Amino acid sequence: MENEIKKQQTNDKNNQSNRKYSEKLKISEIKKETDILIIGGGNAGIFAAYAAKMKDPSVNVLILEKANIDRSGCLAAGMDAINTYLGNDRTPEDFVRWSRWQAGGLIREDLTLTLAQRLNETVHLLEEWGVPFPKNEKGEYIRRGRWDIDMYGEHMKPIMAEKIKSLGVEVLNRVYATNLIVSQNRVIGAYGVNIRTGDFYIIKAKAIIIATGGASNLYKTYTNDGVDCHHQLWYYPGNVGSGYAMGIRAGAEMTLFEMRLILVRTKDYNGPIDTISVGYNLPMVNARDEQILQKYGGEASPRYLRAKAVIDEWLNGSPPTYVDTRRIPPKVMEDIENDYLNERPSFLLFLASNKIDLSKEPLEVYVSEPYITGGHAGSGFWVDVNRETTIQNLFAIGDAAGGCPNKFVSGAGAEGLIAGEKAVEKISNEKLPDIPINNDDIEKEKWRIFTPLVRYTERISKYTSGQPDGITPQELEERLQRLMDEYAGGVSQFYRINEERLDYAFQHIQLLRKDAENHLVAKDYHELMKCLELFDLLDVAETLILHLKWRKETRWPGWQTRMDYPERNDRDFDCFINSRKDPITGKYEMIKREYKQLVTGDRYSYKPEVR
Amino acid sequence: MPSLVIAEKCDGCKGKTEPLCEQICPMDIMKLDPATGKARNIAPRDCWDCMACVKSCPNQAIITKIPYQIGGYGAKLVPLMSETSIIWTLTFPDGSFRQVTMPIRKEKFEE
Repeated sequence: MENEIKKQQTNDKNNQSNRKYSEKLKISEIKKETDILIIGGGNAGIFAAYAAKMKDPSVNVLILEKANIDRSGCLAAGMDAINTYLGNDRTPEDFVRWSRWQAGGLIREDLTLTLAQRLNETVHLLEEWGVPFPKNEKGEYIRRGRWDIDMYGEHMKPIMAEKIKSLGVEVLNRVYATNLIVSQNRVIGAYGVNIRTGDFYIIKAKAIIIATGGASNLYKTYTNDGVDCHHQLWYYPGNVGSGYAMGIRAGAEMTLFEMRLILVRTKDYNGPIDTISVGYNLPMVNARDEQILQKYGGEASPRYLRAKAVIDEWLNGSPPTYVDTRRIPPKVMEDIENDYLNERPSFLLFLASNKIDLSKEPLEVYVSEPYITGGHAGSGFWVDVNRETTIQNLFAIGDAAGGCPNKFVSGAGAEGLIAGEKAVEKISNEKLPDIPINNDDIEKEKWRIFTPLVRYTERISKYTSGQPDGITPQELEERLQRLMDEYAGGVSQFYRINEERLDYAFQHIQLLRKDAENHLVAKDYHELMKCLELFDLLDVAETLILHLKWRKETRWPGWQTRMDYPERNDRDFDCFINSRKDPITGKYEMIKREYKQLVTGDRYSYKPEVR
Repeated sequence: MPSLVIAEKCDGCKGKTEPLCEQICPMDIMKLDPATGKARNIAPRDCWDCMACVKSCPNQAIITKIPYQIGGYGAKLVPLMSETSIIWTLTFPDGSFRQVTMPIRKEKFEE
């Protein structure tokens, strides 16, 4: 009897404290409806919003942005150049041939052609909105390399954000989109959470455009040797593959995750290098001053081979590796430094603090951790030429859309223009889907999102050190990144993979996922955001590992090096590898999609067209 | 590579619900410390050194510091924003410095 009473008292206490949590969290529910919902207010998302408003000003456009649209995404720090602009002497077909060769012969030519046709439009729009471009005496853009033009892009993101706000696009800053709402393979809305207030959003939309960028943070970075350099990454660390993850969870088809992006970057600083080595045509050399790209086709060779050249040098050659800056005339050096101020200003701080004088010594370079992107490599949603995914009324653009690499800034913008217009066309005769959103689903999503916060309060008092009894997002992030680094081909392994290690990685992702579900703790909304990012990263990592396993050949040595299948195997793998996770059973279906060549020529080489 | 707030220059953007650096930070790591009324970087390891906070600060109270693990000590890079241009001042560890002015926005066209 006494026990019964005690039990009852404990229960009451628990109920009471549970009530307290919900009161303390004060989660309010906000319901919204819109015509077009754009998830991610970076470069691609902004161009999509612009295009939708231009096509039909009466269409309601809402952007969910995890940070602040004025300085969010890859352009947060600015940009120094447009890397894909078609000069008078270039054609879209020429761009397809170049991009195809850069990507090891495997691209969606239909996507690349439609993108190339609109590359220049984005540049002209940026200029019209107020971004300054330097011009020569004839009033032409300043060309640098094959496709690049100079730009004063420090302020391009605030200028772009200003433009779409002036058109009446609604922007919700600090709202993290957590999941798509899909009914009978048609998207009808999305959930989100405000990471400052905890407000929970249920948004219904006629069409949704995913513009969330690619995935950074999957792999450990080699500068992760102290408290202050964990995010010393080249790719924007706020991009954690949330769009991919939402798509994977909703059963969308994904492509080419195995085509990882690995870049030659400044050693220790991870700063951009192609700017100077390709843009200014400076040779990469080893410790003996030998030009290491000669055997791979020269300085502008495909980027996977540029990475391979550095890797080979460190494994079997004469490291360290450098970009030889010693013969640059002083005026050109000034231009290079200004470029960096417009893109990654702290690079100059890095050089100055290390007392590096590039006119006297070469710039040391190394290789980055792998990233998953559709704007540089080919990973992402499988889309049609309208950029609609395999889920109806769901579009994907920029780094989120796969099959069409080498987009860069203007290409992501071009896809935004395409998807914005096509989404408006698609919904022109449609009403908001009259499908009620299931209350159980809403509660399930809330539970998924807010549990780490509640758990923290429950478990904080266990240790006198003030540590909660659970797993912090930082702990899980570091564990995930080490697993990926060592077993799924990270920088410490020089990116080499084999079947057994990938199996190990896959199994451990399942363990990590269970641990995340049961033990993640978040002490505030910022940490809650980190927890949500980890849920997304785990889903992306799982899909990535399966893609790496399925491509049993080496197609992009340097980016995707199979120790157990070191050769290219065109008979079995000259195709796209796609995946689809069944949202109900959780089982993956791996699909091969054939290559369709539309533009003539050899897919594995490139000769510039002469006009 | 973290941003650091100079305590004596920061006034927490008094009168605003959030200081400007907190409003703008892409990584959500600049926060007002209620105890001091000043902003601080709550997660230096997560900083991308994009310098959005540095550029946004009306009091020039934020600097970017290279962690010693990857860089030496004593260099400084300070941006000064105006409507249409940015002035960068790069100071070397020996005290010498270099200044660059660059356009950030086209002058508004006269109609």
